Amino acid sequence: MLWFFEWCEATWLGTAVRTSVGAFPLIESIHLLGLGLLGGAILVVDLRMLGVGLTGQRVAAVAREARPWLVLGLGTMVLTGTLLFLSEAVKCYYNTSFWVKMTALVIALCHTFLIRQPVALDPELESSTRSRFVAIGSMALWFTVAAAGRWIGYS
Amino acid sequence: MALFLGTAVINDLRLLGVGFRSVPAGEITIRLLRITRFAFVVMVVTGVLLFYSNPLRYYHNIFFRIKLVLLVVSAVNIWLFHGRIHRRVAEWQHDAVPPRQARLAGLVSLLAWSGIVVAGRLVAYDWFDCDRNVQTAFMMWLQGCATSGVAE
Repeated sequence: MLWFFEWCEATWLGTAVRTSVGAFPLIESIHLLGLGLLGGAILVVDLRMLGVGLTGQRVAAVAREARPWLVLGLGTMVLTGTLLFLSEAVKCYYNTSFWVKMTALVIALCHTFLIRQPVALDPELESSTRSRFVAIGSMALWFTVAAAGRWIGYS
Repeated sequence: MALFLGTAVINDLRLLGVGFRSVPAGEITIRLLRITRFAFVVMVVTGVLLFYSNPLRYYHNIFFRIKLVLLVVSAVNIWLFHGRIHRRVAEWQHDAVPPRQARLAGLVSLLAWSGIVVAGRLVAYDWFDCDRNVQTAFMMWLQGCATSGVAE
């Protein structure tokens, strides 16, 4: 599989980001702004499911309002994340944190769109034990993604 | 960071009238900002710890200085918002698009916090460090670098 990572790093996009002084830090900053948006859109719903925060609204209402921002934040992060990855793909290949992050990301995405979102939108499950477990799971998964992501830079 | 920034951004989006429009603004500025404040305390405590890992370097770092200035801008904005238009939040909290003053506060906040994130990220880069490369006199002055041979 290493050949794929080598190919990624050799693409003109990867090379462009790698050879520029300011590109990586700038893209990294936008990646973080995306994190703020995505994290907020995820947490505001998870916390509401746990009975914290916007308690004057139904869980489903909060989930519906948060959804477009979740998608926008996710789009920003995936786009900038891909650029960052292309610039140092081979380094990522040998980086354990990178693999932890990607694995957790796939699970977190499946959990969010296939489990958490349907549970949040179902009025019958509001403040049920199941809904609380789903919310805690969501926070734990996304925390793993963020922490492992931060760790990529420390190795 | 995601908890703090995320809840602050949701607040700003609501004040701008572009997001969470079905939620009364007062519900966000009161209930949600409680979480934001809690997360802010966590960020300040951890931030101070990181600062003390190398205080001199941060003190002379241009991005760190920009970040502090923007934090002050943000604080003044919060103070003005809560002292003025937010006092009458009950009157406008059900409007999909809040009054101009509130939208302005939301915009200033969004820009200041975005700037803080970018500046904060760039603190880690040493392009302008006093002891690295040759810095322009202006940059030396901005960062309060000691000039060689002359006492600071």
